[in-house]
Amino acid sequence: MVLEVQGLCKSFAGKPVLKDINFSLKQGEILAILGRSGAGKTTLLRCINYLTKCDRGTIKVDDMYLCKTENGSAIYAKPAEVLEIRKNLGMVFQNFNLFPHMSVLQNIVEAPINVFGVPKEKAHEKAMELLEMLGLSDKADSYPFELSGGQKQRVAIARACALNPKVMCLDEPTSALDPELREGIATIIENLARDGMGILIITHDMSFAKRVATRIIFLDEGQIIQESSKEEFFESMENERIRRFVAM
Amino acid sequence: MAEYIIRITPALLAGLDTTLSVFFLTLVLSIPLGILVALGRLSNIRPLVEILKFYIWVMRGTPLLLQIVVIFFGLPIIGITFDRFPAAILAFVLNYAAYFGEIFRGGIDSIDKGQYDAAKVLGFTPAKTYQRIILPQMIKIVLPSVANEVITLVKDTSLVYVVGLGELLRAGKIASNRDASLVPLIMAGVFYLALTGILTVVFQKLEKRYAYYQ
Repeated sequence: MVLEVQGLCKSFAGKPVLKDINFSLKQGEILAILGRSGAGKTTLLRCINYLTKCDRGTIKVDDMYLCKTENGSAIYAKPAEVLEIRKNLGMVFQNFNLFPHMSVLQNIVEAPINVFGVPKEKAHEKAMELLEMLGLSDKADSYPFELSGGQKQRVAIARACALNPKVMCLDEPTSALDPELREGIATIIENLARDGMGILIITHDMSFAKRVATRIIFLDEGQIIQESSKEEFFESMENERIRRFVAM
Repeated sequence: MAEYIIRITPALLAGLDTTLSVFFLTLVLSIPLGILVALGRLSNIRPLVEILKFYIWVMRGTPLLLQIVVIFFGLPIIGITFDRFPAAILAFVLNYAAYFGEIFRGGIDSIDKGQYDAAKVLGFTPAKTYQRIILPQMIKIVLPSVANEVITLVKDTSLVYVVGLGELLRAGKIASNRDASLVPLIMAGVFYLALTGILTVVFQKLEKRYAYYQ
C-alpha cells in the first residue's frame, strides 16, 4: 500500500465534514473519489496533504505515518518526517497554483533544488525529461500566464512528479479542460500509474472516472457509502443516492 | 543673473547634501522595517498585531513634523536625547515604515492563498515560502504605491528644518530672505523636480523589469 487512511474524522466548528473514512491505495492503482460538491472530497484531499489537520485518524504514506491517533486525538509526524512524506506525495491543485513569477522550468526545479537539495543539473535534467514526456519541451522558458489551461495542468503534474512521488493526488483534474483535452489527461494519468504511482483523483466528473479509474469510492455527507471496482460500481448502483448522482 | 545663480549654488548644494542623506537613510532603513511591520501585522500573535495597529494609527494619524519635534524636543524630558540628525532620521524611519508596512501588507494579502498551499505541499518552510514565493510577487504588486511614497519622501525631507538642520529648501529660504529674491527658492524647486524626475525614471525601469509575468 502506498497510501492508507483509517478512521479519519474532521469537523469544522463542530460540524462533522469527514466521518470515519477508511481506504487504501495500491501501487499502480487509479482510485477515483466521487461525490457531489460539499461531500467532503476536498477536505479529505487537504487532510491527506497536510494542508488541514484532521481531528482523529491514521494517514500513512508508503510506510511512514503522517498522523496516528493516540488517546482519541491525532498526533502528527515531526517536521523532518513530514518533509520525507511530502517527497512521496504529489499534489495537483484544481487551479494548479503555479508560481506566476517563475518560468515553467523554475516551477519544476524550485522545490527539488531549494528544499530537498537536489543538485541543480540533476534537477534540470529530470525536469526536461518530464516536460518531454508531457509534450512541453518547447515551453520550459515560458511563464505560466503564457500557457493554456491544459498546458498549465501538465506543468503542475510535472512539478508534482519532480521528486518521484509514490502517490499522486489530483483535485478535479477535468474542471478546467475542454472536452477534447480530457482524453490527453486520462492517458497521462494511466502512464503514471503504469510506472508504479498510486493515483488518487477527486472528481464529480462521472464519465472521467468511468474512463480512467480502476476503483471508485463514493463519498456522501462525509461518509464512504460505496467502495468497489469501477465495473461493479457502474453495474450495481444499488444505492439510491448514487443512482441519483449518476443520473445527473 | 547667471552670476547670481552660480554664487548661491554652493549653499544650495550643501543643503541638497542633507536632503539626500535624509532621503537615502530613511529609504534604506524604513523599507526593511516596513516588511517586518507587514509580516507582524499578518501574524497570528494577537498582542503584536494590536501594538502594530496602534503604532500605525499614531504614525499615520499625526503630522510628521510633530513626530520630529516630539522625538527631538520631547524625549529628552524622559531622559532620551538624540542629536539633531539621528532624531530626524528616527522620526522619518518610524513614520515611513508605518506607511510602507501598510502597503506591503496589502500586497502580501492580495496574493492568492493557493500559492501558500502549493509551497506547503512542495515542502517549503514558512520562511522559504516568503523568501521565494510571496515577497518576490509582492514587489511587483506594490511598486506603483512605493514609487508614490518615495516621491513624497523627497519633499518631506524639507521638514527637518524644524530641528535646525540645513536642508535644500532652508538653504533656498535663507538666500531668498537675505537677497530679497525668489530665484533661490525657484532653484530649490528645480532641484526637487530633478530628483523626482530621476526617481520616476528609476521606478519606470523597475516596473518594466517586473513586467515579464502577469
